[in-house]
Amino acid sequence: MSGTTLVVVEHDRGTIAPATLEALTAARSLGGSLEALSIGTAADGLTTELADYGVSVVHQVHDDQLADYGPEAWGEVVAQAVRSLSPAIVLATGTDRGNEVLAQAAARLDLPFSANCTEFRPGDRFEMTRVRWGGSLLEDASLTADVKLVTLAHHTVEAVPSDSPGAAATTALTVTLDPSLARSMVKGRVEREAGVTLSTAPVVVGGGRGVGSADGFAPLDALADALGGVVGCSRAVTNNGWRSHTSQVGQTGTRIAPDVYFACGISGAIQHWVGAMASKNIIAINTDRDANMVTKAGYAVIGDLHQVVPAITEEIRRRRG
Amino acid sequence: MKILVCVKRVPAPGSKINVTADGQSVDATNLGFTMSPHEECAVEAAAQLVEQHGGDATVLTLGAPEAEEQVRYGVSVGIQRAVLMPTADGEWDPQRTAQAITAAIGELEAADGPFDVILFGNESADSGGFQVGVRVAHALGRPMVNGAKGLTLSDGIAHVEREADAGRETYELPLPAVVGVKEGINLPRYPTMKGRLASKKVEVSSIAPHGDVGGLGKITLRQPPERKSETIILGTGPDAAAAVVDVLEEIGVL
Ligand SMILES: Cc1cc2nc3c(=O)[nH]c(=O)nc-3n(C[C@H](O)[C@H](O)[C@H](O)COP(=O)(O)OP(=O)(O)OC[C@H]3O[C@@H](n4cnc5c(N)ncnc54)[C@H](O)[C@@H]3O)c2cc1C
Ligand SMILES: Nc1ncnc2c1ncn2[C@@H]1O[C@H](COP(=O)(O)O)[C@@H](O)[C@H]1O
Repeated sequence: MSGTTLVVVEHDRGTIAPATLEALTAARSLGGSLEALSIGTAADGLTTELADYGVSVVHQVHDDQLADYGPEAWGEVVAQAVRSLSPAIVLATGTDRGNEVLAQAAARLDLPFSANCTEFRPGDRFEMTRVRWGGSLLEDASLTADVKLVTLAHHTVEAVPSDSPGAAATTALTVTLDPSLARSMVKGRVEREAGVTLSTAPVVVGGGRGVGSADGFAPLDALADALGGVVGCSRAVTNNGWRSHTSQVGQTGTRIAPDVYFACGISGAIQHWVGAMASKNIIAINTDRDANMVTKAGYAVIGDLHQVVPAITEEIRRRRG
Repeated sequence: MKILVCVKRVPAPGSKINVTADGQSVDATNLGFTMSPHEECAVEAAAQLVEQHGGDATVLTLGAPEAEEQVRYGVSVGIQRAVLMPTADGEWDPQRTAQAITAAIGELEAADGPFDVILFGNESADSGGFQVGVRVAHALGRPMVNGAKGLTLSDGIAHVEREADAGRETYELPLPAVVGVKEGINLPRYPTMKGRLASKKVEVSSIAPHGDVGGLGKITLRQPPERKSETIILGTGPDAAAAVVDVLEEIGVL
C-alpha cells in the first residue's frame, strides 16, 4: 500500500511515551512512507529518536497554546495536519491521551476512528483487528474513509528500532489555533508519590471477595511486604469499599505484569483475568478447585486464604532466618 | 444545575465471553445486563452533583428497548429523569450513536434548558470506542476531558482531575462542559428502597434515534487465542506453604 502513515507522537512536555515507539514499530509494517507529527516545541528534541524508529519526516508544530497537553488543541492540530498533509493513515497510541486526541480529530474531520487495534490489514478495503471488552474479545472491523484514523492497543507490539534508520528531515507545519481551545488545557499537576506502583510491581498479592473484609487484607499486606510487592484486588473488593480503586486489577482497573501474582479468593471473572493475564506466574489460592482463576493459573493452593497466606509469609521468614 | 449522563446497556459475562454463531454479538443467553463501571460512576457523580448543587439529572441510553432497565436503574440510584432511545437493528457504530445522542440533547435542551454538565463513561464496556462522548461534545461546541478521576463544580467551572504518568493533571472547563468519567472517581451507591420505588414509578420518555451509518464496520467478533495452562496444584491448606515458597525460590523472587 502506498501513501503516508502519519504517527502522532505522544509525549509529556518533551518526554516521549513508550507507546509512541510501539506505534512507530507497527507503522513501519504498513508500507508507504513514515512521517511523524510532533506537537509543541518541547518535542523538538525527539527527532533523532523518531529517526531511529524509521521516521523520514517530522512535522513540527509550534504554537504558544501547545506548551502543555490539551485534548481539544491537540485534536485540532491533528485535524489540520490531516487537511494539509493528506496522509493515508494516522496512527496514534492506544493510551488515554492517544485515544482522546484521535477521537477529537475524528470528530473535527467527521471521519470514523478505530481505537485500540492489534493488527492492520491495508488493502482494497482497510481492515483491522481491534480489542473489545478490554481485550477479552477481538473484533475484525473495516474502516471506510479517505483517511484511516487508528490507534494501536498498548503492549501488543514490542518497540524495536528500525534496522535501516536514516536521518529525519524536519519541517514546520503551520496551524491556526483558536484561543478558545485553552479551555481544556492542563492547568496544573499534583506530582505522584515515589514508590512501586501496581502496574510495575514485581510481586502483586491480590485479594477478592473471599478476603471477606477490609481487615481481612492484613495478611495479604504482610505477604506483599515480605516480598517487596504491592496488594491488588478485584472489583468486588473496591465495590465493598474494602480497598481503594487504585488497587483494582482488571478491565476497568490496572493491568499488571508482575513476576508473580497471588490471586487470593478471586474467582477469575474475565474482566479481572484480562488485567492479570500478563503476569509471568500466577499462584491462585481458593477454596474452590473449579474456580476459573484456579484452572487458568500455573499454580494453585486449594484452601482458605486466611490460613494459607499467613503460612506462606511464615515460611518465607523461616527460610530467611 | 442540570446534568445529563449517558450509559450503554451491555451483557455481564462471567468467566468467558461467548460469541453468537453469526459472529455479530455477545451470546447473552443466561446473562444479566449492566453498564460499564465507568458509567456507574458517572451516574453516581451526576447524583452527587445534584445533591450538592440542586437541580436535576437525566439518564439517557440508546439501545435495544430492554435498555429501559439501565435507565430505571439510574433512577434507583439517585437520578430524576430517564430517556430511552430505542433501536431495532443491533449495535450502532460510534458516529451514528453520537449523531443521534447529539440530536436528542438538542431536543431535551430546547424543551427544558441547557445541561450544565454532560457525563459519559471513559469508554463503553463492550465496544470500547473511546469516542462517543468526545464526538457529542464537539458537535455541541463544548469542552471535553475524558478519564476524570475527580470532578467538582464551582463558579461556573468544572474542576477535573485525571491520572497521568507524571501525576494527577487538573483541568478547569468552563460550563457547560462534557466530562468522561473513570471508575474510582467515587464509590457508586446501591439502590435504596425509596430509589427502587422511584425507578418503578418514573416515566421513561422515548426519543426516536436518527443517525447516519458511520465508517467503522464490524465484520466479526471472535475469541482471542486462549492461554492454555496445566495448573500445578501445590497442595491443600497451610501445609502447601513450603511448596509455594519453593516455587518463589525457583522463579527467583525470594
Ligand atoms: C464491564 C465490567 C468490567 C469489570 N471490570 C472489572 C475489573 O476491572 N476488575 C475486576 O476484578 N472485576 C471487574 N468486573 C467484575 C467481575 O465481573 C467480577 O464480578 C469480579 O471480578 C468478582 O470479584 P471476585 O473474584 O473477588 O468475587 P467472586 O466472583 O465472588 O469470587 C470470590 C472467590 O473467592 C473464593 N473464596 C471465598 N472464600 C474464600 C476463602 N476463605 N479462601 C479462599 N478462597 C475463597 C470463592 O471460591 C470465589 O472463587 C467487571 C465487570 C463488568 C461487567
Ligand atoms: N448506545 C449508547 N447510549 C448511551 N450512551 C452511550 C452509548 N454508547 C456509548 N455511550 C456513552 O459514550 C461513552 C463512550 O463510549 P465508546 O465511544 O463506545 O467507548 C460510554 O461510556 C457511554 O457513556
